[in-house]
Amino acid sequence: MPADGGIGAANKRREDVRFLTGKGNYTDDINVRGQAYVVFLRSQVANGVLNSVDTSAAAEMPGVLRIFTGADFVEVGGVPCGWCVTDRHGEPMQEPKHPVLADGKVRYVGDAIAAVVAETEAQARNAAEMIELDIDELPAVVDMKAALIDGSPKVHEELTSNLCYDWGFVEENKGAVEQAMQDAAHVTTLELVNNRLVANPMEPRVAIGDYDAAAGDSTLYTTTQNPHVIRLLMGAFVLGIPEHKLRVIAPDVGGGFGSKIFHYAEEALCTFAAKALNRPVKWTCQRSESFITDAHGRDHVTKIELALDADNNFTAVRTDTHANMGAYLSTFAPSVPTWLHGTLMAGNYKTPVIYVNVKAVFTNTVPVDAYRGAGRPEASYQLERVIDKAARELGVDAIALRRQNFITEFPYATPVAVEYDTGDYNATMDKMIEISDLAGFEARRAESAKKGLLRGLGVNCYIEACGIAPSNLAGQLGARAGLYESATVRVNATGGLVVMTGSHSHGQGHETSFPQVVADMIGIDPAMIEIVHGDTARTPMGMGTYGSRSLAVGGSAIVRATEKIIAKAKKIAAHLMEAADGDIELKDGTFSVAGTDKSVAWGDVTLAAYVPHNYPLEDIEPGLEETAFYDPANFTYPSGAYSCEVEVDPDTGKVTICKFSAADDFGNIVNPMIVDGQVHGGIGQGIGQALLEHAIYDDDGQLVNGSYMDYAMPRADDMPFFSVDHSCQTPCTHNPLGVKGCGEAGAIGSPPAVVNAVVDALQRAGHDVTHIDMPLSPNRVWSAMNKA
Amino acid sequence: MPQVEMTVNGKAVSAKAKGNTLLSEFLREGLGMTGTHVGCDTGQCGVCVVHVDGLPVKSCNMFAAEAEGAEVTTIEGMANEDGTLGVIQQAFQDNHGLQCGFCTPGMVMSAASLLAENPKPTEAEIRAHLSGNLCRCTGYHNIIKSILAASGQDAQGAV
Ligand code: FES
Ligand code: FES
Repeated sequence: MPADGGIGAANKRREDVRFLTGKGNYTDDINVRGQAYVVFLRSQVANGVLNSVDTSAAAEMPGVLRIFTGADFVEVGGVPCGWCVTDRHGEPMQEPKHPVLADGKVRYVGDAIAAVVAETEAQARNAAEMIELDIDELPAVVDMKAALIDGSPKVHEELTSNLCYDWGFVEENKGAVEQAMQDAAHVTTLELVNNRLVANPMEPRVAIGDYDAAAGDSTLYTTTQNPHVIRLLMGAFVLGIPEHKLRVIAPDVGGGFGSKIFHYAEEALCTFAAKALNRPVKWTCQRSESFITDAHGRDHVTKIELALDADNNFTAVRTDTHANMGAYLSTFAPSVPTWLHGTLMAGNYKTPVIYVNVKAVFTNTVPVDAYRGAGRPEASYQLERVIDKAARELGVDAIALRRQNFITEFPYATPVAVEYDTGDYNATMDKMIEISDLAGFEARRAESAKKGLLRGLGVNCYIEACGIAPSNLAGQLGARAGLYESATVRVNATGGLVVMTGSHSHGQGHETSFPQVVADMIGIDPAMIEIVHGDTARTPMGMGTYGSRSLAVGGSAIVRATEKIIAKAKKIAAHLMEAADGDIELKDGTFSVAGTDKSVAWGDVTLAAYVPHNYPLEDIEPGLEETAFYDPANFTYPSGAYSCEVEVDPDTGKVTICKFSAADDFGNIVNPMIVDGQVHGGIGQGIGQALLEHAIYDDDGQLVNGSYMDYAMPRADDMPFFSVDHSCQTPCTHNPLGVKGCGEAGAIGSPPAVVNAVVDALQRAGHDVTHIDMPLSPNRVWSAMNKA
Repeated sequence: MPQVEMTVNGKAVSAKAKGNTLLSEFLREGLGMTGTHVGCDTGQCGVCVVHVDGLPVKSCNMFAAEAEGAEVTTIEGMANEDGTLGVIQQAFQDNHGLQCGFCTPGMVMSAASLLAENPKPTEAEIRAHLSGNLCRCTGYHNIIKSILAASGQDAQGAV
């Protein structure tokens, strides 16, 4: 570890001190003087005509200040969707309006119908119960395939059907893939479900709208991963407030995992209501409410076919997926099953032709959008499951089959439109085999057998495209936003720095890792550097934190801004030392003239910048503050190999994870301690998906397990210790840090390892089980075992 | 509204509370002590754990009035007198036992109650003790490591 606390050092997190002493400042910890409280009345039926909303009795209830309904928002815009997917026929997707409050129709259980603002939350809640609704309930559209049958009830009457889009990728390869399937020596087919999940950050969403009538300024405090995106979406598309009159503040954010990227109607309501009432308005989501309002994740139903030639080389992959959009298009929903999923179907393998078909479907359920990994876990899961099945069918070793088909030369242009810059999949496979002590598996299996337990081993690889994304490419693919990141580096007169970034930590430790980058470049103590984030008034326009992009894109913007600082500081130093600019070197916070013993300290130069008495005013401006916007040239491509060992209890079907090992290649590492933690967390969520979690709707569109009593969140005793390693490093070639991003890897790589391991355990015990859908509950495993 | 009095982190406090005011609300709204968090409405997540008369309690599951006259300890009372981090807090920082920090107050309070009754718990005992504390960020790995470290033990098997 570097002793200087720069790049590569496992610095302890500075933010921890406030979090550990109860001094964090989360949105719900904020109370604005004079605030009122809003409570939403939500639909309890999944599909229905909303004939009337009678608020007269509720309005008379104590403390009620105002009740908003859909009628109040007819004049304003709907909640916008930030990505337009073009379908197989070149047509744009069907895009229904998403009103802030339901307007004439309710479309999912949880759809907001009215918002009651009162002096206290209890008063608002009591009054909401007095609102009388007249709803004609309609049959709910829940099952995706049924939703596409002619004559199915529709989620949106104004659309031609429940099909949002029918996407083919790469459409031109469709025929070649069909041919390859016909020519194949072997085709392995697998149908599977990628189970619907609820992100469940431990901090529920909160929004506080505030309005300064004298200045005409609105402020929104909100639990978001990307305050600037919310300001733009809500200001420009919903409420019509220009950016200079709207400030969005996201203080400490208690986890997000994607679910806090999106612009939600409650944010617009609070901002709107604060102005209408000229009072701050606060909303705190209850957990049972977050289950039916936070965007859900995954929910794909897929058939995948893998074609192989007589030598077991992969010759083609074809997939057919139905992806649930829910009742409305959440902010980035259309991009998840398409550009974040189809482009990853090559995985780590040199399959020459690939065709991905995705039908995105509207249903009467909560909108579905990005959840940790977003499209890439769905891609890895189906590919790594089908490869495992193919190895079993062909009677070959699953690791050898993977190795045989690995991409080994880089850069590598896949048949699904992306170009991997670097990677070494054999190296991560070797490392995984080492750290998981694969050689000792049989002995461990024998130990398990002595206890009457069935032990199984699952192995898989993954690749992801993250560090999202080149703006021009994203634009061609339908993004309605740029995906650069920004940084302003402000050097103060006495040498300390403030770095203002558009990224926003919601647990990733940016306040610790970002200073390491700057400290390393200048050669100063990271303690001299402060990070400012999460406030549109104090940071340059940036796109926020998701898609494992903060270091790769946001960190690169910080590098670029710091390079500008150093270039200017060198000019000042050159002047102070009466030397040529080109002769100045910066090392350990000291500027020196090459080949001489002349030097000036960092602080001398920064002081001169602000007290420019002896200063080249004719050549450069005083001050030392620079901004950079960094737009990446490509995605980054982290990859790795994972393994999982399970014990299955043959009497109950209960699965216990005994061992989990992850060997990742994240390129260069800035803070290895934080990277370990990111991988642990991702694996925890992946194990949760594989064994426990599943958001279940009944035929009437009721979420049947919408609380922690019923939705199985992973707990400490569901997990083993994990072995993680990121010593295999093939640096990214196109960002200045050579970093790839680590936030989502664990969630992408772990579900197939778990399922492969359980299938392996059952197969070794003589059960002809080829697949079980997640979550692998005892009931499902036991049933599969006892059928086969 | 009646006034409710108790001792919080060694200081006598008093604030108005209705009969149905939860202890978590009393701390957060009544006293402005926002270190104790609220993460659910069914008593399952444990981010709200405090100690009442030395025992761990989910403060969302107890009325403030029930804690009348009690000695309550919250995360704000866990640092050393000189303001430095206490042993458990320090172990969490040293072992990266927190990410977003939202579950952390409850985790630290639960860990403290475990170590008070079982100063050298095994990994399995720690995992079992935390069954009422959810964390969505860490996969629990570094939380378990932190608590082992706070009890002076190495995390065998944790890399
Ligand atoms: S807030 Fe969830 S258990 Fe108390
Ligand atoms: S650290 Fe985020 S929930 Fe535990």
